[in-house]
Amino acid sequence: MAGAGLLFLVLGLGLIAWITGRARAAAFVKADRTNLNSLPSYHGWYMALFAVVPPLLFLAVWGAIVPALQTDMVLSAPAAQALPMDGFARASILSEARAIASGAQDTAFQPMAEQFVPLYRAAIAHYNWIAVAATVLLLFAGGTYAFTRLKPDFRARTKVERVVMGALLTASLIAIVTTIGIVASLIFETVRFFQMVNPIEFLFGATWNPQSTVTPGGDNGFGAIPLFWGTVFIGAIIAMIVAIPLGLMSAVYLTQYARPAVRKWMKPILEILAGVPTVVYGYFAALTIAPALRDFAAAVGIPGASSESALAAGVVMGVMIIPFVSSMADDSIAAVPNSMRDGSLAMGSTKSETIKKVLIPAALPGVVGGVLLAVSRAIGETMIVVMAAGLTANMTANPFASVTTVTVQIVQLLTGDQEFDSPKTLAAFALGLVLFIVTLLLNLVALRVVKRYREAYE
Amino acid sequence: MTDDNRRNEQLARIARNNMGEAAADVPSEPIGLADPKISARGVNVFYGAKQAIKDVSIDVGMDNVVAFIGPSGCGKSTFLRTLNRMNDTIPIARVEGDIRLDGEDIYSPKMDVVQLRARVGMVFQKPNPFPKSIYDNVAYGPRIHGLASGKAELDEIVERSLQRAGLWNEVSDRLSDSGTALSGGQQQRLCIARAIAVDPEVILMDEPCSALDPIATAKIEELIHALRGQYAIVIVTHNMQQAARVSQRTAFFHLGTLVEYGKTSEIFTNPREEKTKDYITGRYG
Ligand SMILES: Nc1ncnc2c1ncn2[C@@H]1O[C@H](COP(=O)(O)OP(=O)(O)O)[C@@H](O)[C@H]1O
Ligand SMILES: [Mg+2]
Repeated sequence: MAGAGLLFLVLGLGLIAWITGRARAAAFVKADRTNLNSLPSYHGWYMALFAVVPPLLFLAVWGAIVPALQTDMVLSAPAAQALPMDGFARASILSEARAIASGAQDTAFQPMAEQFVPLYRAAIAHYNWIAVAATVLLLFAGGTYAFTRLKPDFRARTKVERVVMGALLTASLIAIVTTIGIVASLIFETVRFFQMVNPIEFLFGATWNPQSTVTPGGDNGFGAIPLFWGTVFIGAIIAMIVAIPLGLMSAVYLTQYARPAVRKWMKPILEILAGVPTVVYGYFAALTIAPALRDFAAAVGIPGASSESALAAGVVMGVMIIPFVSSMADDSIAAVPNSMRDGSLAMGSTKSETIKKVLIPAALPGVVGGVLLAVSRAIGETMIVVMAAGLTANMTANPFASVTTVTVQIVQLLTGDQEFDSPKTLAAFALGLVLFIVTLLLNLVALRVVKRYREAYE
Repeated sequence: MTDDNRRNEQLARIARNNMGEAAADVPSEPIGLADPKISARGVNVFYGAKQAIKDVSIDVGMDNVVAFIGPSGCGKSTFLRTLNRMNDTIPIARVEGDIRLDGEDIYSPKMDVVQLRARVGMVFQKPNPFPKSIYDNVAYGPRIHGLASGKAELDEIVERSLQRAGLWNEVSDRLSDSGTALSGGQQQRLCIARAIAVDPEVILMDEPCSALDPIATAKIEELIHALRGQYAIVIVTHNMQQAARVSQRTAFFHLGTLVEYGKTSEIFTNPREEKTKDYITGRYG
């Protein structure tokens, strides 16, 4: 609670700094009748930023180190001699005491924790005072410094501009740093996994039946080929068989045949498909499409039909991807210069011949790029396959059979009651890394293709 | 009969129009030819409510090259596109009047636009080869119209068309290269070869040299000379020297009307209309 109170204090004083800076600037105008370099509010912002930013940075750092300082203080008390030597027991007692002291917990489960509550209370209060004092000091120091710099010709406006730029840069860096962090942790855990399981077995093995304990060099059921196959079968084959023709044809219709009025309402409707939450598609696949396909397969006597099938997941995923393919194809076809179309029509070809023989071939690189992007989305898609594709690793080309995918197995491996460093959990990271690399490559290739294509018609 | 009467009446009106009062004593070049390939009478073109072509009548013969000149925006391209019904591809465009190819009304419901465009080929201002090989560009028309019965015949058509377009010697050893990789002038000759490949009767060219350098322009002009007589050729140009060099007849358009139409030599030496004279002497436009 002290943190929140402090935050309000800082912001409140910041507001006062803003008002002060602004009033000071206004006073310049009144006193000297001079023109300010910057508007009074910029002076206000300058002063407020100087007052508020250093204490906030301090508090951020402080928040990270203060628990350790508090614990040190508690441990330096004589009562700490009585704590058990075992690190885990010790930590659990201390953390319980801290929870009670800060009001997050009411009673102790470990009697010993009670002793430390007053000690923690004292430590927390001690450091709270330090925090408040340091914050207020920093705030006034910054505010005063800024106040002394305010002059009629002071360029508060450019200074504030620089701060704004810095804030924007930080925001974008956060995204980049997060990405790098995620990739680094994927790589790190994957390396740990490969210390237990041979990468050869993982990448080329054909049996997927992960075991909790592994025998080095033996077959541990971590062969991911069936998962890769399932992913490709659903995301890159079945889904694309549905999405490419439908997406392409709707793009051709929308760009070449539809009257503007029709295009105006049809295009947004198509794009709504892309906004449907994937879990809704998952329901649809699992509850409507999958049973219907199973009944159909049973009726015509197809063996191996299952209530969870590659076809159900793939078809629904294909439908989900249609707007993606169609909008990329739409853009590509629209980017083909009209002179191509006119050239073909002037040769005496019909509209559909022109589309088939000139427009689509000319737009093909862009369309291919769009399809690659769609594939990369499809193979990373999770919800539909979790709900409709099944869990059994299966190297089959029978679309009515149940197959499993990389994403499904990641979910499966991580939702069990597993130790974090068991090979089963770590395998999820290895699968994630493979998926990441493949989608990254697909995206890079696709973007290059599309870019090259755009340049061709610049 | 009534049809013919109407046409003759219009013809007379246009002729009167074209002569103008002051020039009534100059022997006039008849608008009507004895045996026109294309004959247009009373053509109006509208883009929405805006009229771009006003009551234009003109005959194009088989044996000469006709140049359309006039200031930018006067409707040359618009009128040219009425001759192969390319205006059909512009939704807001509407064409009125009577245009005949070998006496056949090209705007009649019985006319097959696809066939018409095979008979009346077109070359555009900006070279627009398809992003296909040189061979496929030229073979495009013959393929869609089924003009060749086999590979050998298609090869022959492609070679003959490229030869007529004066491009064969430059590309014969790289027919599978992309047509878009050629130079601008070569691309334009490729487009002419592509148009020739379907064996049209008329070739319409809309400022075919405006995107080309002088050397490439000279090549195209040579080519037009060589093609004269085999096809009826109409060329739109904003370059009066070019009109004088390549055409035997010239039509001067202004603000959507056909101001004057006659032998090129006469238009350039002794125009009947004041406006034509002003334009040719460069007083405006
Ligand atoms: N697609 C079109 N839609 C609307 N107006 C057009 C279109 N094409 C041409 N126009 C108009 O018709 C007139 C004649 O144009 P155009 O035939 O291109 O002239 P030119 O070829 O002689 O320069 C111009 O005023 C032009 O703005
Ligand atoms: Mg034009």
